[in-house]
Amino acid sequence: MTGGQSVSPWHVARLTVERDLRLAFRRPAQLVQPILFFLIVTTLFPLALSPELSRLRDVAPGVLWVAALLSSLLALEFLFRDDAQDGTLEQFALSGQSLTWLLFAKTFSHWLLTGLPLAVVAPISAGALGVDFGSMPGVVASLAIGSFALSLIGAIGAGLTLGVQRGGVLLSLLTLPLAVPILIFGARATELAIKSEPYGAPLYLLAAFAVLGLTLAPLAAAAAVRIGLE
Amino acid sequence: MNWTWFHRLGSPPYIYKLAGTLTPWFAWAAALLIAYGLVGGIVLAPPDYQQKDAFRIIYVHAPSAWLSLMIYTTMAVSAAIGLIWRMKVSHALAAACAPIGAWFTVAALGTGMLWGKPMWGTYWVWDPRLTAELVLLFLYMGYMGLRAGIEDTQRADRASAVLAIVGVINVPIVKYSVEWWNSLHQSASVMKLGKPDIVLEMLIPLLVMFVGFTLLFFALALVRLRAEILRRERAASWLREALA
Repeated sequence: MTGGQSVSPWHVARLTVERDLRLAFRRPAQLVQPILFFLIVTTLFPLALSPELSRLRDVAPGVLWVAALLSSLLALEFLFRDDAQDGTLEQFALSGQSLTWLLFAKTFSHWLLTGLPLAVVAPISAGALGVDFGSMPGVVASLAIGSFALSLIGAIGAGLTLGVQRGGVLLSLLTLPLAVPILIFGARATELAIKSEPYGAPLYLLAAFAVLGLTLAPLAAAAAVRIGLE
Repeated sequence: MNWTWFHRLGSPPYIYKLAGTLTPWFAWAAALLIAYGLVGGIVLAPPDYQQKDAFRIIYVHAPSAWLSLMIYTTMAVSAAIGLIWRMKVSHALAAACAPIGAWFTVAALGTGMLWGKPMWGTYWVWDPRLTAELVLLFLYMGYMGLRAGIEDTQRADRASAVLAIVGVINVPIVKYSVEWWNSLHQSASVMKLGKPDIVLEMLIPLLVMFVGFTLLFFALALVRLRAEILRRERAASWLREALA
């Protein structure tokens, strides 16, 4: 470290994101887990429900969104856990840089690694559920924005459950109620996109939630992590 | 400005005694008001011209629903005070509020379902207000779950306070869901500006029930607060003197 004060926040964020990405790509098995989970869950619905594409198309928004929500919950456990165990979070808190900003950078890289890939592979699942190719931009856009909001909200829960033994179920209990608006507007945008209707309104609302999460969630996550480190 | 009254509120021995003194007053006032409200609402008020006698569940339903939100707000404000000024009593009050609020939420949902069956033809609809109230119940449960999950009381206090504050976002959603979305749930007929849409014989018992339920919450919260203080201060010397 050379003189904590002269480092620009953008540089700090870039270093944090680079570090997280490098660490993640050295453990590719963990990286593909949420994506595989998403694909498997969406595969289960045709088996349980009915293989008829017309029926599957009707439930596709719900299936995609619930699968994305569960998969992002699964990934949330890894957001801070390793860094809390090896002391990195403590170094973050002591570094003199804003913990809020550092955690936001971590959350952003977490979304790059777990949320964005879901949006990228979603067309495969959506296609298998009978969604037309023309609807894919709406499906991808809503999942990309929505998963970003989910990562931000989830960071609060992940921070709060830092000191809790086997906090997985608790993490879902804390995060899911807060994720309800994202689920509603995200699934609505996807549904309209699949029906080839204008889906701008729910997508904008989803983006508004993401921006709200962007401004407030890192603050709450930093407060939670500080408490967890005490 | 003299702030000693505020500082005294942060002292567990003072609050423990004060809560003990106030509890019977609140409890008796609540009992009398609720008794009057029940008689006035269930026996004396005329049946609704459309809903007949089924509307009478409002005398339990509306106060419970109001309390479910009011208690959450109380809990969050109290938790925030505890987080900002590090007042132990504040955290204890927040912890005492949570189960009471959760039960009033259950009561609001349960009475609403009982009323919904004859009126809407179904116990449950996925309506914005009902869903938001259910989410409120999950928030209460998450709050209590987080508390139970953290061994250290001080850390549990501070972590759950952050959660309570974040969850406040749901309160206006429940309150205004009926106006924002086209909800099946009817909009307010009492708590609004101007003249209420309800005759006096129905209105007065309802208002009495609101006050009675709120006082009942005060009494329950103070009892729980005392229990919470006992648990937290079990090693303190003042407690041995107070209980001797």
